[in-house]
Amino acid sequence: MSTYPTTPSQTVGPYLHIGLPWPDGPFAVAEGTPGAVWIRGTVRDGAGEPVTDALVETWQADPDGRFDHPADPRGARAYPGLRAFGRCPTDGEGSYGILTLKPGTVPGPGGGQAPHIDVSVFARGMLNRVVTRLYFPEEETANAADPVLRAVGDRAARATLVAAAAPDGYRFDIRLQGEGETVFFDI
Amino acid sequence: MSTAPGARTGSGLYVPGYVRDHDTHPPLDYSDYNSTALRHPKRPLTLLPHTLTEVTSPVLGHERLGELDHDLTRQHEGEPQGQRIIVHGRVRDSDGAPVPHTLVEVWQANAAGRYRHTGDNWPAPLDPYFTGVGRTMTDGEGRYRFLTVRPGAYPWKNHRNAWRPAHIHFSLFGQAFTQRLVTQMYFPDDPLFFQDPMWNSVPDEEARERMVARFDYGSTEAEWALAYRWDIVLRGRGQTPFESEEEIVEDEE
Repeated sequence: MSTYPTTPSQTVGPYLHIGLPWPDGPFAVAEGTPGAVWIRGTVRDGAGEPVTDALVETWQADPDGRFDHPADPRGARAYPGLRAFGRCPTDGEGSYGILTLKPGTVPGPGGGQAPHIDVSVFARGMLNRVVTRLYFPEEETANAADPVLRAVGDRAARATLVAAAAPDGYRFDIRLQGEGETVFFDI
Repeated sequence: MSTAPGARTGSGLYVPGYVRDHDTHPPLDYSDYNSTALRHPKRPLTLLPHTLTEVTSPVLGHERLGELDHDLTRQHEGEPQGQRIIVHGRVRDSDGAPVPHTLVEVWQANAAGRYRHTGDNWPAPLDPYFTGVGRTMTDGEGRYRFLTVRPGAYPWKNHRNAWRPAHIHFSLFGQAFTQRLVTQMYFPDDPLFFQDPMWNSVPDEEARERMVARFDYGSTEAEWALAYRWDIVLRGRGQTPFESEEEIVEDEE
């Protein structure tokens, strides 16, 4: 039962770049950290055009599947060098990149969840953020058992949640609308 | 509640989720705002149960803040043009609990209605003494406070003679991924609301009013600045954290 009604969302608008990007935003870990991987991708709209004024944010567990946060029942524990949060505006080609460490298995209601990263996209023309999840291509067995992935019935739709391997990490393209539309979540 | 927060039952870990407040927010598909046309998903959203990933969020500290980030009038050699205002308020969750020590980021146009952004080229002056960007953390009681100048309205090309009502963009993290909120604060009785699709996109009239700050004479500073109070409510867990509601309604600082 809510006591206080919540404040509505509004778009970030076209000028988010003066307020939201951080110089260290794309670096959830510092460059040169052993095991660091780049998550790179392009955000596209319903016409397939790159979205050049979006902001992508990521949130994830550490490599042991833990969170530096009091809501983690195992206790908040900082993983040295890892902020676990990334933030990157898209560039003139609609591309973003976040340097991070691959998360571990996260406990969930039905047992372990496959390693994943929660991803938010904000942009002009979006009155609220959209949220998706990034899963890892080499985790086939864990992905097949993951309750969130399993809840996405359509195989092609499910595939939009799995990143592709890339030379320096992973590629995770986001299609806001249309052909190959990314699965977005009601959170 | 059949399962205790954080309980491990059998093979699973259950964490208390957050309320889903769809009725508050604008739809992603809203034709009066033209740019939504190609930027909203056509497929229905998939329900995501709240797991540990969704009930946690980055714990960001004061290291993110510069000394004058909360005072947008003192970030340059000189003072910006415009009406100096204090914007302050409290961040709570929908259960009434304050949201302490959370990052609040703001950005806005200058007094003439122009943003310091390469994409904003309408013929209004830039102010060499105004960047229009601020950051602060809420205190232990969820309070925040900025000093700035009142932003101007500005035209845009959504429809004929379209003008955005004066507003300040706000970005909040809260304490969980589910609580993340980016929104805009408006000023009382703005005559431009009627034609603004951002404002009108919020379906419920009472919810729209929750985006409007109130003039706060009690917090003005004599011979210095007017004041507006804007309280922000993020999603809660649907639990009552306090014994009596009175305890949280009383909030005169």
